[in-house]
Amino acid sequence: MTENGFPNLKSGRSHELTGAAASSFAAIFAGGCSGPVMWISEGWQREELHPSGFAQFCDPQKLLLVKAKGETDLLASFEETLRSGVMSVVIAELNTALGLTAGRRLQLAAKAGRATGLSIIPEGMGSNAAETRWRCNPLYDPDDSTLQQWELIKNKSGTLGIWDVRWNAEARRIIMVSKVGQRSGSAYPPG
Amino acid sequence: MASDRVLRTRPVDAPFALTLRQNNTERLYCVNWQAEKVGLHRGMGFSDARAFCPDLQSRPANLQADQRFQQALVRWSGRYCPWVGLEGADGLVLNIAGSAHLFGGEAAMLSDMRQKLTHAGLAVQLGLADTRGGAWALARFGEGVAPVNETLKQIGALPIASLRLDGQTCIGLQRLGVRSIADLVALPRATVTRRFGPGVLLRLDQALGDQAEEISPLPDPPLYAVRMTLPEPVGLTSDIMAGTERLLTRLCARLKTQEQGVRVLQLTLRRVDQANQQVELRLARAMRDPVRILALFERGVGEVDAGFGIDQMRLEAVQVEKLPVQQISHTGNRGTDGLDDLITRLGNRVGLDNIIRFLPADSHIPERSFIIAPAAYSKPDGFWPVLRPRPLRLFPPEPIGGTGRAPPRRFRWRRMSLTTARTTGPERITPEWWLCDENWQSGLRDYWRVETRQGRRLWLFYTPQNPGWFVQGEFA
Repeated sequence: MTENGFPNLKSGRSHELTGAAASSFAAIFAGGCSGPVMWISEGWQREELHPSGFAQFCDPQKLLLVKAKGETDLLASFEETLRSGVMSVVIAELNTALGLTAGRRLQLAAKAGRATGLSIIPEGMGSNAAETRWRCNPLYDPDDSTLQQWELIKNKSGTLGIWDVRWNAEARRIIMVSKVGQRSGSAYPPG
Repeated sequence: MASDRVLRTRPVDAPFALTLRQNNTERLYCVNWQAEKVGLHRGMGFSDARAFCPDLQSRPANLQADQRFQQALVRWSGRYCPWVGLEGADGLVLNIAGSAHLFGGEAAMLSDMRQKLTHAGLAVQLGLADTRGGAWALARFGEGVAPVNETLKQIGALPIASLRLDGQTCIGLQRLGVRSIADLVALPRATVTRRFGPGVLLRLDQALGDQAEEISPLPDPPLYAVRMTLPEPVGLTSDIMAGTERLLTRLCARLKTQEQGVRVLQLTLRRVDQANQQVELRLARAMRDPVRILALFERGVGEVDAGFGIDQMRLEAVQVEKLPVQQISHTGNRGTDGLDDLITRLGNRVGLDNIIRFLPADSHIPERSFIIAPAAYSKPDGFWPVLRPRPLRLFPPEPIGGTGRAPPRRFRWRRMSLTTARTTGPERITPEWWLCDENWQSGLRDYWRVETRQGRRLWLFYTPQNPGWFVQGEFA
C-alpha cells in the first residue's frame, strides 16, 4: 500500500484501467484524493456518469467533466490538465490504443504536474508507457453486492498481484478480503 | 420623431400614426404631418382618430426602439458640438457655444442640420437662442434664431406654454389674461409668485438667461479596445506576444479604473496584405490581470498565419463583467486561479460549454436528478444524498428480451449472456405528468437492481403499461 491507500498506484504517473469495473476503481481512487477531479471523455459517448451513483464513492462537487470533440482534443486536454498541476486525479476514457509517443507524453505531463492520470481503456489496448495496468471486474458474491476483483497485470516497478475488495459505504473505504477459495460462502467462482 | 423613424423604413404617403396603450385605451402616440393636417393630434383616442380619418394607417409604438434611435441621433450630433443632451423623448439639446464658426455661422449650421436631417427622413424643428429655455420655446413654437441678447424680443410673442410649464399653470395664467411671454414679463413678480409659486418665474428666468441652466451631455459608453500600429511588419510569435502584452497592460489599466473584468477578448492582427487574423480568448472567470491573460493567449497566437507580416494589432474586450476590487488577504480564496486558467485553456480548445459540472436537481427521474452546468458559469454546489441505490454509469435504455413482472432469469445484453443471481426491487418511478418527456411515454417504470452470476450489476426496469425490459445503468 502506498500513501494514497492503493497498492502500487504511484501518484505523479499515468496508469491504465480496463475491465467492467474500471470506472468504479477510478471513482474510488478519486474519492480518496483530496483535490479536485477531472473526468475527460469524448462528447459522442452516450454512456455517462450518474452523479448520484458517483456520490457514494466521491463527492460530485469535486468533479469537473470535459466533453472532448475528438481523440486529439481528448489527449490534448488530458495532457494539459495533468501538466497544470491543479487536479489531483485526471481520468480519461480512451477508445483507441495509445501510441508510444502519446503514452510517454502523458507520463511526462503527469510527472510535471504531480497528478495521477488514469486512462480507462478497452480490453487489450494498453500502452507500453503506462506505469501500471489494472484489470477490474465485478464479482458475484451471495453476501455482498460490492465485491470486485482488481488484478494488477502490468507494473513497471514492482510485482503483480490480485486483490479482492469490497466497498464499505459507511466508512467510505475499500476493504480487502481473502482469496476466493478461503472466503466463506464462495460457492460461485468468478468468471 | 417616432413616426418618422418607422416611416423611414416603410414610407407611407397618407395619414399615419403610432398608437400606444395608455390607461387601458389605445391612444395616438405620434402622428405624421398628413395626419396633423386632417386634425389628428397626439394623445387622441385611436378610435376617435379612425372616425375622423377612416384611411388612417397605424402601427404600435416601440418605445425602446425610439430610445435607441434618439441615442443614435445624439451620437450623430457629436459632429456639431461635444455637448449634446436629451430633451424629452423626442428632442436633443446642443450647446454650440464656440463651434458655430466651424460651420460658417449659426444660420449656416442650422441649415446644414436641417438639410441633413430632412434628407434622413426626419421632420425637424430647430430653435436657437442664448438660453436653453429660449431655444426650447423657439423650437416648439415658431422656429427661428434669437440674436444675441434679444431673446425676449424673439420669444415675447410666443404663448405661455412655450415656457415648459405644466398644463394646470398654463390654464391658470390664461384665465388671468396672460397669454404670451411678454404679458408675463409685464406682471409684477411678487404677485405671480404668490399666485403660482416660484416655478413660473424660474422658467421665465431660465428662458431669459437670468437664471443659469446646464446641459448635461450623455457620457460616452466606455470603450474597452486598444490598438497599436507598428512601424515595420513583424512575424515572430515572440514579437506579437510582446505587442499583445503592451496592449493588455493598457486595456487592463482601463478595466481597473472602471472596476470591470473581461470575459471574452478578441485580438485582431492586420497583415500587410490587409487580411485580418483573429484570435479569440474566452475566459473562465472575469479577469484583468495582464500577466495571467497573456499566458492564456499563447496557444491562439501560435496558430496565427502571419503571412508577409503583421503591422497593426487591435485588442478588444468583447464582453466585460463587473469585477470589484477585492481585499487581498493571506488566508482564504487562494487556489482557484489555477483552476480558472485551466478551464480557460481547455475551453479555448474544446469550448467552454463542454467543461461541465453536475448540480443537483429536484426530480426522481434518474435522467433529470441532476443538471449539467458549464463550469465557467457555475459554482460547485449541492448536497448529494444517497437515498436509494443509483448506478455509477447511466445510458439510454437498451431493450433486452424478457417477459413478466419479475426480472428474467437469463437474458442477453451487449452480446453477453447473463444469468440473474440476485434481484433487489422493485422501485417504482412514475413519470412527471407536468412535463412531456418523450422517453417516458411508456409510462410507469419498475426499477430492479440485478446482480448477475457473471459479476455485472445492472439497473433494469420493467414498464408495466407497455410490457418490456430495459437496461439503463450499471452499478459499480
